[in-house]
Amino acid sequence: MKEKIKAKVMDSRKMKRAVHRMTTEIIERNRNLKNVVIVGIRTRGIYLGKRISNLIKELEKIDIPVGILDITLYRDDFSELEAQNMVKKTEINFSVEKKDVLLVDDVLFTGRTIRAAMDSLIDLGRPKTIQLLVLIDRGHRELPIRADYVGKFLPTSKRELVQVKLKEIDSNDEALITEPAGMK
Amino acid sequence: MAFKHKHLLGIQTLGPSDITTVLDTAESFCNISTREIKKVPILRGKIIINLFFEPSTRTLSSFELAAKRLSADIISLNKQSSSVIKGESLKDTIKNLEAMNPDSLIIRHSAAGVPYFATTFCQSHIINAGDGAHEHPTQALLDALTIRQKKKSFKNLKVLIVGDILHSRVARSNIFLLKKMGARVVLVGPPSLLPAEFKKFGVEIDYDFDRAIKKADVIMMLRIQLERQKKNYFPSIREYRNLYGLTEKRFRRAKKNAIIMHPGPINRGVEISADMADSAKSVILKQVENGIATRMAVLYLLLGGKEREAIN
Repeated sequence: MKEKIKAKVMDSRKMKRAVHRMTTEIIERNRNLKNVVIVGIRTRGIYLGKRISNLIKELEKIDIPVGILDITLYRDDFSELEAQNMVKKTEINFSVEKKDVLLVDDVLFTGRTIRAAMDSLIDLGRPKTIQLLVLIDRGHRELPIRADYVGKFLPTSKRELVQVKLKEIDSNDEALITEPAGMK
Repeated sequence: MAFKHKHLLGIQTLGPSDITTVLDTAESFCNISTREIKKVPILRGKIIINLFFEPSTRTLSSFELAAKRLSADIISLNKQSSSVIKGESLKDTIKNLEAMNPDSLIIRHSAAGVPYFATTFCQSHIINAGDGAHEHPTQALLDALTIRQKKKSFKNLKVLIVGDILHSRVARSNIFLLKKMGARVVLVGPPSLLPAEFKKFGVEIDYDFDRAIKKADVIMMLRIQLERQKKNYFPSIREYRNLYGLTEKRFRRAKKNAIIMHPGPINRGVEISADMADSAKSVILKQVENGIATRMAVLYLLLGGKEREAIN
Protein backbone atom coordinates (compact mmCIF):
# COMPACT_ATOMS: atom_id res chain seq x y z
CA MET A 1 0.00 0.00 0.00
CA LYS A 2 1.52 3.30 -1.11
CA GLU A 3 0.73 6.23 1.09
CA LYS A 4 2.11 9.51 2.23
CA ILE A 5 2.67 10.22 5.90
CA LYS A 6 1.11 13.60 6.71
CA ALA A 7 1.65 13.84 10.43
CA LYS A 8 2.79 11.90 13.42
CA VAL A 9 0.16 12.53 16.06
CA MET A 10 1.44 10.31 18.81
CA ASP A 11 4.84 8.93 19.73
CA SER A 12 5.58 6.25 22.27
CA ARG A 13 5.75 8.67 25.21
CA LYS A 14 2.46 10.30 24.37
CA MET A 15 0.86 6.92 23.84
CA LYS A 16 2.12 5.67 27.19
CA ARG A 17 0.67 8.73 28.94
CA ALA A 18 -2.67 8.38 27.18
CA VAL A 19 -2.96 4.70 28.13
CA HIS A 20 -1.98 5.54 31.69
CA ARG A 21 -4.56 8.30 31.97
CA MET A 22 -7.33 6.15 30.52
CA THR A 23 -6.45 3.32 32.90
CA THR A 24 -6.75 5.71 35.85
CA GLU A 25 -10.14 6.80 34.53
CA ILE A 26 -11.25 3.18 34.32
CA ILE A 27 -10.20 2.58 37.91
CA GLU A 28 -11.99 5.75 39.00
CA ARG A 29 -15.18 5.00 37.15
CA ASN A 30 -15.50 1.30 38.04
CA ARG A 31 -15.81 0.99 41.78
CA ASN A 32 -16.21 -2.73 41.47
CA LEU A 33 -13.08 -3.30 39.46
CA LYS A 34 -13.24 -7.05 40.01
CA ASN A 35 -16.32 -7.18 37.84
CA VAL A 36 -14.51 -5.64 34.85
CA VAL A 37 -13.35 -7.77 31.92
CA ILE A 38 -11.51 -6.51 28.86
CA VAL A 39 -12.35 -7.51 25.31
CA GLY A 40 -9.92 -6.36 22.63
CA ILE A 41 -11.05 -6.06 19.03
CA ARG A 42 -8.70 -7.76 16.59
CA THR A 43 -5.91 -6.89 16.01
CA ARG A 44 -4.57 -3.86 17.84
CA GLY A 45 -7.34 -3.74 20.43
CA ILE A 46 -5.93 -6.96 21.89
CA TYR A 47 -2.55 -5.42 22.69
CA LEU A 48 -4.01 -2.19 24.03
CA GLY A 49 -6.32 -4.30 26.19
CA LYS A 50 -3.37 -6.28 27.54
CA ARG A 51 -1.43 -3.12 28.34
CA ILE A 52 -4.37 -1.77 30.31
CA SER A 53 -4.83 -5.06 32.14
CA ASN A 54 -1.14 -5.05 33.10
CA LEU A 55 -1.35 -1.46 34.31
CA ILE A 56 -4.39 -2.20 36.47
CA LYS A 57 -2.50 -5.13 37.95
CA GLU A 58 0.40 -2.83 38.74
CA LEU A 59 -1.75 -0.10 40.27
CA GLU A 60 -4.51 -2.05 41.99
CA LYS A 61 -3.21 -5.64 42.22
CA ILE A 62 -6.28 -6.96 40.45
CA ASP A 63 -6.19 -9.42 37.56
CA ILE A 64 -8.46 -8.38 34.72
CA PRO A 65 -8.89 -11.06 32.03
CA VAL A 66 -8.44 -10.06 28.39
CA GLY A 67 -10.43 -11.71 25.60
CA ILE A 68 -10.11 -11.42 21.84
CA LEU A 69 -13.01 -10.53 19.58
CA ASP A 70 -13.09 -11.10 15.83
CA ILE A 71 -15.94 -9.13 14.29
CA THR A 72 -15.74 -10.40 10.70
CA LEU A 73 -18.93 -12.44 11.01
CA TYR A 74 -20.90 -9.44 12.25
CA ARG A 75 -19.83 -6.82 9.71
CA ASP A 76 -22.57 -4.95 7.85
CA ASP A 77 -20.51 -4.23 4.75
CA PHE A 78 -19.78 -7.88 4.18
CA SER A 79 -21.61 -8.28 0.88
CA GLU A 80 -19.73 -5.30 -0.56
CA LEU A 81 -16.27 -6.62 0.13
CA GLU A 82 -14.33 -7.82 -2.88
CA ALA A 83 -13.09 -10.99 -1.27
CA GLN A 84 -13.97 -12.55 2.02
CA ASN A 85 -11.96 -11.49 4.99
CA MET A 86 -10.33 -14.36 6.76
CA VAL A 87 -12.33 -15.23 9.83
CA LYS A 88 -10.15 -15.57 12.88
CA LYS A 89 -10.98 -17.00 16.22
CA THR A 90 -12.88 -15.16 18.91
CA GLU A 91 -11.12 -16.21 22.10
CA ILE A 92 -13.00 -15.14 25.18
CA ASN A 93 -12.30 -17.74 27.85
CA PHE A 94 -14.55 -16.18 30.48
CA SER A 95 -18.24 -15.44 30.75
CA VAL A 96 -19.36 -11.91 29.91
CA GLU A 97 -22.68 -12.50 31.67
CA LYS A 98 -23.35 -9.67 34.16
CA LYS A 99 -19.83 -8.30 33.70
CA ASP A 100 -18.73 -4.75 33.04
CA VAL A 101 -17.13 -5.26 29.66
CA LEU A 102 -14.49 -2.83 28.51
CA LEU A 103 -14.34 -2.97 24.74
CA VAL A 104 -10.98 -1.81 23.38
CA ASP A 105 -10.08 -0.70 19.87
CA ASP A 106 -7.34 1.44 18.38
CA VAL A 107 -9.29 3.90 16.22
CA LEU A 108 -12.94 4.98 16.40
CA PHE A 109 -14.20 6.16 13.01
CA THR A 110 -17.67 5.38 11.57
CA GLY A 111 -18.71 3.35 14.62
CA ARG A 112 -19.65 0.34 12.50
CA THR A 113 -16.94 -1.87 13.94
CA ILE A 114 -18.19 -1.10 17.43
CA ARG A 115 -21.79 -1.87 16.43
CA ALA A 116 -20.60 -5.25 15.12
CA ALA A 117 -18.53 -5.85 18.24
CA MET A 118 -21.48 -5.12 20.53
CA ASP A 119 -23.78 -7.46 18.60
CA SER A 120 -21.14 -10.14 18.73
CA LEU A 121 -20.61 -9.66 22.48
CA ILE A 122 -24.30 -9.85 23.25
CA ASP A 123 -24.51 -13.19 21.42
CA LEU A 124 -22.00 -14.50 23.97
CA GLY A 125 -24.01 -13.41 26.98
CA ARG A 126 -25.64 -10.37 28.56
CA PRO A 127 -23.06 -8.02 30.03
CA LYS A 128 -24.10 -5.65 32.82
CA THR A 129 -22.51 -2.76 30.96
CA ILE A 130 -20.37 -2.28 27.91
CA GLN A 131 -17.84 0.57 27.97
CA LEU A 132 -15.72 1.63 25.04
CA LEU A 133 -12.09 2.65 25.05
CA VAL A 134 -10.26 3.89 21.96
CA LEU A 135 -6.80 5.26 21.55
CA ILE A 136 -7.88 7.70 18.84
CA ASP A 137 -11.31 9.13 18.04
CA ARG A 138 -11.09 10.57 14.55
CA GLY A 139 -14.73 11.62 14.13
CA HIS A 140 -17.06 11.00 11.15
CA ARG A 141 -19.49 8.79 13.02
CA GLU A 142 -22.22 7.10 10.98
CA LEU A 143 -23.95 5.53 13.98
CA PRO A 144 -24.94 6.90 17.39
CA ILE A 145 -21.88 5.57 19.19
CA ARG A 146 -19.38 7.34 21.44
CA ALA A 147 -16.40 6.22 23.46
CA ASP A 148 -16.19 6.34 27.28
CA TYR A 149 -12.41 6.65 27.30
CA VAL A 150 -10.50 8.41 24.54
CA GLY A 151 -6.72 8.65 24.23
CA LYS A 152 -6.85 11.54 21.77
CA PHE A 153 -9.52 13.36 19.79
CA LEU A 154 -8.18 13.88 16.30
CA PRO A 155 -10.07 15.90 13.69
CA THR A 156 -9.39 14.35 10.30
CA SER A 157 -10.72 14.55 6.79
CA LYS A 158 -12.53 11.49 5.51
CA ARG A 159 -10.00 10.56 2.87
CA GLU A 160 -7.16 10.49 5.35
CA LEU A 161 -6.20 7.29 7.11
CA VAL A 162 -5.26 6.99 10.74
CA GLN A 163 -2.76 4.26 11.54
CA VAL A 164 -1.89 3.10 15.00
CA LYS A 165 1.27 1.07 15.39
CA LEU A 166 2.02 -0.96 18.49
CA LYS A 167 5.39 -2.42 19.27
CA GLU A 168 3.89 -5.85 20.04
CA ILE A 169 3.26 -6.37 16.31
CA ASP A 170 4.71 -3.32 14.57
CA SER A 171 8.21 -1.97 14.98
CA ASN A 172 7.31 0.81 17.43
CA ASP A 173 4.54 2.72 19.22
CA GLU A 174 3.10 5.58 17.19
CA ALA A 175 0.00 6.99 15.55
CA LEU A 176 0.11 8.49 12.06
CA ILE A 177 -2.17 10.37 9.72
CA THR A 178 -1.54 9.17 6.19
CA GLU A 179 -3.13 9.77 2.82
CA PRO A 180 -3.34 7.33 -0.08
CA ALA A 181 -0.84 8.26 -2.78
CA GLY A 182 -2.14 10.11 -5.83
CA MET A 183 -4.64 12.18 -3.87
CA LYS A 184 -4.34 15.89 -3.22
CA MET B 1 -5.34 -16.24 1.54
CA ALA B 2 -8.49 -15.55 -0.40
CA PHE B 3 -10.51 -18.48 -1.66
CA LYS B 4 -11.18 -17.85 -5.33
CA HIS B 5 -13.49 -20.69 -6.30
CA LYS B 6 -17.11 -20.26 -7.26
CA HIS B 7 -18.09 -23.90 -6.73
CA LEU B 8 -16.86 -26.79 -4.65
CA LEU B 9 -16.96 -29.78 -6.97
CA GLY B 10 -14.08 -31.79 -5.62
CA ILE B 11 -10.73 -31.73 -3.91
CA GLN B 12 -8.94 -32.31 -7.21
CA THR B 13 -9.45 -28.69 -8.28
CA LEU B 14 -8.20 -27.21 -4.98
CA GLY B 15 -4.62 -26.29 -4.19
CA PRO B 16 -2.87 -26.87 -0.86
CA SER B 17 -3.36 -23.21 0.11
CA ASP B 18 -7.11 -23.44 -0.62
CA ILE B 19 -7.32 -26.49 1.63
CA THR B 20 -5.44 -24.69 4.40
CA THR B 21 -7.77 -21.70 4.05
CA VAL B 22 -10.83 -23.92 4.47
CA LEU B 23 -9.31 -25.68 7.49
CA ASP B 24 -8.23 -22.42 9.17
CA THR B 25 -11.66 -20.92 8.61
CA ALA B 26 -13.35 -24.06 9.94
CA GLU B 27 -11.15 -23.88 13.03
CA SER B 28 -12.50 -20.38 13.73
CA PHE B 29 -16.05 -21.66 13.41
CA CYS B 30 -15.61 -24.57 15.83
CA ASN B 31 -16.49 -22.64 18.98
CA ILE B 32 -19.76 -21.25 17.56
CA SER B 33 -21.30 -24.70 17.93
CA THR B 34 -20.57 -24.87 21.64
CA ARG B 35 -21.64 -21.43 22.79
CA GLU B 36 -25.09 -20.46 23.97
CA ILE B 37 -26.23 -18.58 20.89
CA LYS B 38 -25.13 -20.86 18.09
CA LYS B 39 -25.61 -18.37 15.32
CA VAL B 40 -23.74 -15.58 13.57
CA PRO B 41 -25.42 -13.19 11.11
CA ILE B 42 -22.93 -13.32 8.26
CA LEU B 43 -25.04 -15.11 5.60
CA ARG B 44 -28.31 -13.43 6.50
CA GLY B 45 -30.62 -13.30 3.51
CA LYS B 46 -28.84 -16.03 1.55
CA ILE B 47 -30.92 -18.92 0.25
CA ILE B 48 -29.49 -22.42 0.05
CA ILE B 49 -31.16 -25.53 -1.32
CA ASN B 50 -30.09 -29.02 -0.35
CA LEU B 51 -30.91 -31.33 -3.23
CA PHE B 52 -30.28 -34.92 -2.26
CA PHE B 53 -31.05 -37.68 -4.76
CA GLU B 54 -29.52 -40.26 -2.42
CA PRO B 55 -30.28 -40.95 1.23
CA SER B 56 -28.16 -39.21 3.87
CA THR B 57 -28.48 -38.26 7.50
CA ARG B 58 -25.07 -36.91 8.42
CA THR B 59 -24.24 -34.80 5.39
CA LEU B 60 -27.77 -33.45 4.96
CA SER B 61 -28.29 -32.43 8.57
CA SER B 62 -24.72 -31.16 8.81
CA PHE B 63 -25.22 -28.82 5.84
CA GLU B 64 -28.58 -27.71 7.27
CA LEU B 65 -27.10 -26.86 10.65
CA ALA B 66 -24.09 -25.19 9.07
CA ALA B 67 -26.34 -22.93 6.98
CA LYS B 68 -28.53 -22.12 9.97
CA ARG B 69 -25.58 -21.23 12.16
CA LEU B 70 -24.56 -18.69 9.55
CA SER B 71 -28.14 -17.32 9.43
CA ALA B 72 -28.78 -18.47 5.84
CA ASP B 73 -32.19 -19.89 4.91
CA ILE B 74 -32.03 -23.48 3.77
CA ILE B 75 -34.55 -25.98 2.49
CA SER B 76 -33.86 -29.64 1.88
CA LEU B 77 -35.35 -31.71 -0.89
CA ASN B 78 -34.94 -35.39 -1.46
CA LYS B 79 -35.84 -37.68 -4.28
CA GLN B 80 -39.04 -38.88 -2.63
CA SER B 81 -40.44 -35.41 -2.03
CA SER B 82 -39.47 -33.96 -5.41
CA SER B 83 -40.99 -34.23 -8.85
CA VAL B 84 -38.23 -36.59 -9.94
CA ILE B 85 -40.50 -39.49 -9.14
CA LYS B 86 -43.13 -37.96 -11.44
CA GLY B 87 -40.61 -38.32 -14.24
CA GLU B 88 -39.10 -34.84 -14.35
CA SER B 89 -35.61 -34.85 -15.82
CA LEU B 90 -32.61 -33.99 -13.68
CA LYS B 91 -31.90 -30.87 -15.69
CA ASP B 92 -35.49 -29.64 -15.39
CA THR B 93 -35.54 -30.21 -11.65
CA ILE B 94 -32.33 -28.24 -11.15
CA LYS B 95 -33.43 -25.48 -13.56
CA ASN B 96 -36.73 -25.05 -11.74
CA LEU B 97 -34.98 -24.73 -8.40
CA GLU B 98 -32.48 -22.34 -9.95
CA ALA B 99 -35.43 -20.20 -11.12
CA MET B 100 -36.22 -19.57 -7.46
CA ASN B 101 -32.91 -17.68 -7.21
CA PRO B 102 -31.06 -19.60 -4.55
CA ASP B 103 -27.52 -18.49 -3.77
CA SER B 104 -26.31 -22.04 -3.58
CA LEU B 105 -27.36 -25.57 -4.51
CA ILE B 106 -25.91 -28.45 -2.56
CA ILE B 107 -26.23 -31.58 -4.65
CA ARG B 108 -25.87 -35.28 -3.92
CA HIS B 109 -26.47 -37.78 -6.68
CA SER B 110 -25.62 -41.40 -7.44
CA ALA B 111 -24.10 -40.42 -10.79
CA ALA B 112 -20.61 -38.94 -10.93
CA GLY B 113 -20.46 -35.50 -12.51
CA VAL B 114 -23.98 -34.26 -11.69
CA PRO B 115 -22.73 -31.25 -9.67
CA TYR B 116 -20.38 -30.33 -12.52
CA PHE B 117 -23.25 -30.72 -15.00
CA ALA B 118 -25.29 -28.29 -12.90
CA THR B 119 -22.57 -25.65 -13.15
CA THR B 120 -22.95 -25.65 -16.95
CA PHE B 121 -26.39 -24.04 -16.73
CA CYS B 122 -26.67 -22.61 -13.18
CA GLN B 123 -25.71 -19.21 -11.84
CA SER B 124 -25.64 -20.24 -8.18
CA HIS B 125 -22.76 -21.73 -6.25
CA ILE B 126 -22.80 -25.51 -6.63
CA ILE B 127 -21.51 -27.67 -3.81
CA ASN B 128 -20.89 -31.35 -4.33
CA ALA B 129 -22.24 -33.35 -1.39
CA GLY B 130 -21.20 -36.63 -2.97
CA ASP B 131 -21.52 -37.72 -6.62
CA GLY B 132 -21.41 -41.41 -7.40
CA ALA B 133 -17.97 -42.86 -6.82
CA HIS B 134 -16.33 -39.58 -7.84
CA GLU B 135 -15.84 -37.17 -4.91
CA HIS B 136 -17.21 -36.08 -1.55
CA PRO B 137 -15.10 -32.99 -0.89
CA THR B 138 -16.62 -31.78 2.38
CA GLN B 139 -16.07 -35.22 3.92
CA ALA B 140 -12.37 -35.12 3.02
CA LEU B 141 -12.09 -31.58 4.41
CA LEU B 142 -13.71 -32.49 7.72
CA ASP B 143 -11.49 -35.57 7.91
CA ALA B 144 -8.48 -33.35 7.31
CA LEU B 145 -9.59 -30.94 10.02
CA THR B 146 -9.88 -33.85 12.45
CA ILE B 147 -6.47 -35.23 11.49
CA ARG B 148 -4.85 -31.80 11.77
CA GLN B 149 -6.33 -31.24 15.23
CA LYS B 150 -4.89 -34.55 16.43
CA LYS B 151 -1.62 -34.72 14.49
CA LYS B 152 -0.81 -31.02 13.88
CA SER B 153 0.63 -31.59 10.39
CA PHE B 154 0.09 -33.89 7.41
CA LYS B 155 3.75 -34.16 6.43
CA ASN B 156 4.88 -37.78 6.36
CA LEU B 157 1.86 -39.08 8.26
CA LYS B 158 1.11 -42.69 7.39
CA VAL B 159 -2.60 -42.80 6.61
CA LEU B 160 -4.34 -46.09 5.85
CA ILE B 161 -7.60 -46.12 3.94
CA VAL B 162 -9.15 -49.52 4.33
CA GLY B 163 -12.05 -51.25 2.63
CA ASP B 164 -14.18 -50.72 -0.43
CA ILE B 165 -11.95 -48.24 -2.25
CA LEU B 166 -13.51 -48.98 -5.64
CA HIS B 167 -16.94 -47.57 -4.83
CA SER B 168 -15.81 -44.92 -2.39
CA ARG B 169 -15.98 -41.23 -3.23
CA VAL B 170 -14.78 -40.57 0.32
CA ALA B 171 -11.60 -42.50 -0.43
CA ARG B 172 -10.98 -40.58 -3.66
CA SER B 173 -11.44 -37.17 -2.08
CA ASN B 174 -9.26 -38.17 0.85
CA ILE B 175 -6.53 -39.52 -1.43
CA PHE B 176 -6.41 -36.24 -3.38
CA LEU B 177 -6.38 -34.15 -0.24
CA LEU B 178 -3.85 -36.15 1.73
CA LYS B 179 -1.45 -36.35 -1.22
CA LYS B 180 -1.70 -32.58 -1.78
CA MET B 181 -0.89 -32.00 1.88
CA GLY B 182 2.13 -34.28 1.89
CA ALA B 183 0.86 -37.36 3.71
CA ARG B 184 1.79 -40.92 2.84
CA VAL B 185 -1.34 -42.83 1.81
CA VAL B 186 -1.65 -46.62 1.88
CA LEU B 187 -4.78 -48.23 0.47
CA VAL B 188 -5.83 -51.57 1.87
CA GLY B 189 -8.60 -53.91 0.77
CA PRO B 190 -9.43 -57.05 -1.18
CA PRO B 191 -8.13 -56.91 -4.78
CA SER B 192 -11.69 -57.00 -6.10
CA LEU B 193 -12.40 -53.70 -4.32
CA LEU B 194 -8.98 -52.15 -4.82
CA PRO B 195 -7.92 -51.96 -8.46
CA ALA B 196 -4.19 -51.59 -9.05
CA GLU B 197 -4.79 -48.49 -11.19
CA PHE B 198 -5.23 -46.46 -8.00
CA LYS B 199 -1.41 -46.42 -7.93
CA LYS B 200 -1.49 -43.60 -10.46
CA PHE B 201 -2.70 -41.31 -7.67
CA GLY B 202 0.70 -41.70 -6.03
CA VAL B 203 -0.45 -44.01 -3.25
CA GLU B 204 0.78 -47.38 -2.03
CA ILE B 205 -1.40 -50.44 -2.23
CA ASP B 206 -1.32 -53.34 0.18
CA TYR B 207 -3.70 -56.30 0.25
CA ASP B 208 -2.43 -57.44 3.65
CA PHE B 209 -3.99 -55.36 6.42
CA ASP B 210 -1.78 -56.85 9.15
CA ARG B 211 1.35 -55.79 7.33
CA ALA B 212 0.09 -52.37 6.25
CA ILE B 213 -1.14 -51.29 9.67
CA LYS B 214 2.36 -51.34 11.18
CA LYS B 215 3.41 -47.84 12.30
CA ALA B 216 0.22 -46.27 10.92
CA ASP B 217 -0.73 -42.83 12.31
CA VAL B 218 -4.27 -42.71 10.99
CA ILE B 219 -6.55 -45.61 10.12
CA MET B 220 -9.53 -44.65 8.05
CA MET B 221 -12.07 -47.43 7.75
CA LEU B 222 -14.65 -47.36 4.96
CA ARG B 223 -18.11 -48.77 5.06
CA ILE B 224 -18.84 -51.90 3.07
CA GLN B 225 -21.41 -50.42 0.73
CA LEU B 226 -23.92 -53.22 0.62
CA GLU B 227 -26.36 -51.16 -1.48
CA ARG B 228 -23.81 -50.78 -4.26
CA GLN B 229 -22.79 -54.38 -4.24
CA LYS B 230 -24.89 -56.17 -6.79
CA LYS B 231 -21.96 -58.35 -7.72
CA ASN B 232 -20.12 -60.45 -5.16
CA TYR B 233 -16.84 -58.72 -4.49
CA PHE B 234 -15.85 -61.03 -1.65
CA PRO B 235 -17.00 -64.52 -0.64
CA SER B 236 -18.60 -63.71 2.70
CA ILE B 237 -18.96 -61.00 5.31
CA ARG B 238 -17.16 -63.30 7.71
CA GLU B 239 -14.14 -63.64 5.49
CA TYR B 240 -14.07 -59.89 4.92
CA ARG B 241 -14.17 -59.28 8.64
CA ASN B 242 -11.35 -61.71 9.25
CA LEU B 243 -9.09 -60.15 6.63
CA TYR B 244 -10.04 -56.48 6.63
CA GLY B 245 -12.01 -55.75 9.79
CA LEU B 246 -10.40 -53.47 12.37
CA THR B 247 -10.12 -55.37 15.64
CA GLU B 248 -8.26 -54.60 18.82
CA LYS B 249 -5.66 -57.22 18.03
CA ARG B 250 -4.93 -55.67 14.69
CA PHE B 251 -4.94 -52.13 16.03
CA ARG B 252 -2.12 -52.98 18.45
CA ARG B 253 0.27 -53.09 15.49
CA ALA B 254 -0.33 -49.44 14.68
CA LYS B 255 1.44 -46.54 16.37
CA LYS B 256 0.51 -46.03 20.01
CA ASN B 257 -1.15 -42.69 19.36
CA ALA B 258 -2.86 -43.75 16.13
CA ILE B 259 -6.41 -42.60 15.55
CA ILE B 260 -9.37 -44.46 14.07
CA MET B 261 -11.65 -42.72 11.60
CA HIS B 262 -14.81 -43.73 9.77
CA PRO B 263 -17.05 -41.55 7.58
CA GLY B 264 -20.14 -43.40 8.77
CA PRO B 265 -22.56 -45.03 8.79
CA ILE B 266 -20.75 -47.88 10.53
CA ASN B 267 -21.50 -51.55 10.02
CA ARG B 268 -20.57 -52.64 13.52
CA GLY B 269 -18.89 -56.01 13.56
CA VAL B 270 -18.13 -55.91 9.83
CA GLU B 271 -15.43 -53.38 8.87
CA ILE B 272 -14.88 -52.32 12.46
CA SER B 273 -15.51 -54.11 15.74
CA ALA B 274 -17.86 -52.40 18.16
CA ASP B 275 -15.21 -51.94 20.86
CA MET B 276 -12.84 -50.28 18.36
CA ALA B 277 -15.57 -47.92 17.14
CA ASP B 278 -16.26 -46.85 20.73
CA SER B 279 -12.65 -46.84 21.93
CA ALA B 280 -10.74 -43.78 23.09
CA LYS B 281 -8.67 -43.92 19.89
CA SER B 282 -11.77 -43.46 17.76
CA VAL B 283 -12.46 -39.93 16.52
CA ILE B 284 -15.58 -40.91 14.62
CA LEU B 285 -17.91 -38.58 16.53
CA LYS B 286 -15.35 -35.78 16.41
CA GLN B 287 -15.52 -36.10 12.62
CA VAL B 288 -19.28 -35.55 12.78
CA GLU B 289 -18.84 -32.54 15.05
CA ASN B 290 -16.16 -31.07 12.78
CA GLY B 291 -18.46 -31.60 9.81
CA ILE B 292 -20.58 -28.63 10.80
CA ALA B 293 -17.67 -26.21 11.21
CA THR B 294 -16.15 -27.44 7.94
CA ARG B 295 -19.38 -26.93 6.00
CA MET B 296 -19.83 -23.53 7.61
CA ALA B 297 -16.37 -22.65 6.33
CA VAL B 298 -17.21 -23.84 2.81
CA LEU B 299 -20.49 -21.91 2.73
CA TYR B 300 -18.81 -18.82 4.13
CA LEU B 301 -15.94 -18.93 1.65
CA LEU B 302 -18.19 -19.52 -1.37
CA LEU B 303 -21.14 -17.26 -0.52
CA GLY B 304 -19.40 -14.51 1.43
CA GLY B 305 -18.28 -11.31 -0.25
CA LYS B 306 -19.16 -9.82 -3.60
CA GLU B 307 -19.77 -11.93 -6.67
CA ARG B 308 -16.36 -12.31 -8.18
CA GLU B 309 -14.56 -13.63 -11.18
CA ALA B 310 -13.81 -17.11 -10.09
CA ILE B 311 -11.76 -20.02 -11.21
CA ASN B 312 -14.07 -22.97 -10.78
